[in-house]
Amino acid sequence: MSDFAEALPERARLPIGSPGERSGGWWGCLTLVATEAALFGYLIFSYLYLASQTTQHWPPEGMPKLGLGIANTCILLSSSVFVWASERFVRRGKRGMGVLMLAIALALGAIFVGIQLKEWADHPYGLTTHLYGSLYFTITGFHMMHVLVGLVVLAFLLLWTALGYFDRARSAALTIGGLYWHFVDVVWLFIFATLYLSPYVLAK
Amino acid sequence: MTEHATSPPPLQRTLAIGRIEPGSAEERKLRETWETPPGWRGWLSTVDHKSIGLRYLLTAFAFLIAGGIEALIMRVQLARPDSTLLTPEQYNQLFTMHGVTMIFLYALPVLSGFSNYLWPLILGARDMAFPRLNALSYWIFLFAGLFLYASFPFGEAPNAGWFNYAPLAGLTYNTGPNIDVYALGMVLLGISTTVGSMNFVVTFLRMRAPGMSLDRVPVLVWGTLTASGGNLLAVPSVSLAFFLLWLDRRIGTHFFDVVNGGRALLWQHLFWIFAHPWVYAVVLPAMGIVSDALPVFCRRPLVGYLPVALSTVATMVIGFVVWIHHMFATGIPALALSFFGAASMVIAIPSAVATFAWIATIWTGRPVFRVPFLYFAGFVFLFVIGGLSGVLTAAVPFDWQLTDTYFVVAHLHYVLLGINVFPVIGGIYFWFPKFTGRMMSERIGRIGFWILFTGFNIAFFPMHIAGLLGMPRRIYTYAPDMGWNTVNMITSIGAFLFAFGVLIFMWDFVYSLRRGPVAGDNPWDAPTLEWATSSPPPPYNFAIAPRIASRHPLWEERISGKMRSRLDEGYILDKGREALGTTALDGDPDVILKMPEDSYAPFWLGVASLVFFSGLALTAWWLAALGLIGCGAAIVVWLWPRRELGQRDDTPEPHETGATP
Repeated sequence: MSDFAEALPERARLPIGSPGERSGGWWGCLTLVATEAALFGYLIFSYLYLASQTTQHWPPEGMPKLGLGIANTCILLSSSVFVWASERFVRRGKRGMGVLMLAIALALGAIFVGIQLKEWADHPYGLTTHLYGSLYFTITGFHMMHVLVGLVVLAFLLLWTALGYFDRARSAALTIGGLYWHFVDVVWLFIFATLYLSPYVLAK
Repeated sequence: MTEHATSPPPLQRTLAIGRIEPGSAEERKLRETWETPPGWRGWLSTVDHKSIGLRYLLTAFAFLIAGGIEALIMRVQLARPDSTLLTPEQYNQLFTMHGVTMIFLYALPVLSGFSNYLWPLILGARDMAFPRLNALSYWIFLFAGLFLYASFPFGEAPNAGWFNYAPLAGLTYNTGPNIDVYALGMVLLGISTTVGSMNFVVTFLRMRAPGMSLDRVPVLVWGTLTASGGNLLAVPSVSLAFFLLWLDRRIGTHFFDVVNGGRALLWQHLFWIFAHPWVYAVVLPAMGIVSDALPVFCRRPLVGYLPVALSTVATMVIGFVVWIHHMFATGIPALALSFFGAASMVIAIPSAVATFAWIATIWTGRPVFRVPFLYFAGFVFLFVIGGLSGVLTAAVPFDWQLTDTYFVVAHLHYVLLGINVFPVIGGIYFWFPKFTGRMMSERIGRIGFWILFTGFNIAFFPMHIAGLLGMPRRIYTYAPDMGWNTVNMITSIGAFLFAFGVLIFMWDFVYSLRRGPVAGDNPWDAPTLEWATSSPPPPYNFAIAPRIASRHPLWEERISGKMRSRLDEGYILDKGREALGTTALDGDPDVILKMPEDSYAPFWLGVASLVFFSGLALTAWWLAALGLIGCGAAIVVWLWPRRELGQRDDTPEPHETGATP
């Protein structure tokens, strides 16, 4: 930086309003992601701490089944690709394709929720059965709430895109909402690794 | 939804440098654009950081008085042995609410008040990055405070201490609503702290005046930024802990349920992972107040700006790895004790850097002994005492001897009152002219300071001795033959003297509000940007975006013989509510931000979240559902893309991109 104010440009041509990653909302969403990531970090800390301290057989009902979980993980992660694509299409002026991509992402997210609910129902234990059940359902429940909020966000983005609110230059809402959805997806990887994979590693 | 514009603003504009003279047509237009309408509508919907900041200050002060009255009742009880003024249960509730009030409802909110009011003025900005989020942060703070006090009149207030250890706070030992109110109230308050912190972080990164690179940011800003960053990472820990506790109590989970494999120590870990960084969150902005305001009364810039700014951040970073020193007596492995004991001693280094910087500033300056100076110098003295007793307890064996005694109570009061209350009162004397346009009384202020300072030391210094004599904290009374009679009596007398000092301060405050001499723009001849505005500042803060070339824009001529910053001539932003967004490192102009107008959405979102948490507290799920729907509705209204903010463009004809009006 120069020591004199005159070093700043006499005239500066600047974007106005909410231009993508220069918008306030983008930065605000990054701080939201930071604090939410910390929240899931503490959930995972609680799980690992209690697992390390337990005198019970862990997990009490035997090792977690991986097949459906892995499939569901793939479904959730693939939804992120479609959210990303929808923004690309809108920015190129292809609104219809943008709406379609969002609809696919929304459907994939809904399938994830459905499979997760089936997994929940298949477990012989519940939230209050034992410590592991409390941890499992609280952690996946927290994530489920975030997925549901994310689906509402995607639904509104779809509505707004369909109404023609966004175009080449104005699509900050898609960028910001997409960032939140990517976070919900990525954090699932950590939860999956903790709940589904770590028992196999720690058992050895 | 309010729609004010039929077409969105153009995509780009060329920003030019110019002047806007006071009283000109352009200036009047700016005033109209940014002014909040009078009356209750404006009161409920305002997003002006200055109104919100003052509300924060006043509300936090009201809580300080409530917490102070609780303390005085306890001091009457403890003044004599075998006293029967309070029952043990009443005493439990009083000391719990005293801690909760002072630490959560006073200490951080009062600093948020200063920062909310001052940040945009110090940074040369129009407002905070998210004005509506700012309003939400205040409303939720207010509602969470009322929520935490809701069960107090029924004799069912939180009663397990402010750190609320499991299993005492579990359903086995605590069946009433006391702990549920505390648990849910803290989750609600956590939302306020979190959104407030997000706002500070983004404001710091994006809203600084052009030219204000990172090394030109006043230390108060570094302090609040560090506190906010710490809060973003630490608050989820305590919110989670309280939520899990509530699940254990009302849903039947087993996190802290030792019989079923849960662990009571999980609570202590989650609580202190949060609460130790929080200790720094409630002192670093106050230390920032001193680092910025003390030099004004030494008539020289702060000695060692860079080390002080760095040590501010370093304190918080180390503050995240010392939480175990609250748990030395819990039987955790010796290796952990050594590591955390050492880390706790290391934290003395950045604290000492700041202390020596303040002493050197006084030493090498030409001190002017006005009232704020007295408070800031008093702070340095108390900080040294409180810091020393803190380093002592970082030594594990010494901590084992003194943990849960009055020595710790003395330490934490020296730290929290010394580093928070003294800078806060000094800060109010310092910025009162900016807030109100009037000066506070020098004479009454001086009397008030000496009474506060004397009362404080008479009240809290003997607590060290009570602790060394083995008096445990949190006992409602003691036998007459324990040898604690005299120290307790002295402490109680000191407490009332301190309270008298607070009364004098409040009297001066109210009196000066009406009768104080008119201050002018810069009564202290201070160097930072907030003093370049009128007192009180206009609704738009700065008519043009000032261009900054140093840390001391108002002292440049006397320091380097030449005015380098430009405060009266700068970028013009006058097409509606606009603010300049700048780059994170250098503060180069980056974007013209469209700022939101006043809005009821934050108020209603606050009300709806209060309804939601009340539903949970009463286990009335329909009420909680109602609250949740209300929250959703308020958020949708809030976030609906708006043309005038440049968030959407659905005008029939595609307009030319880059059109310059």
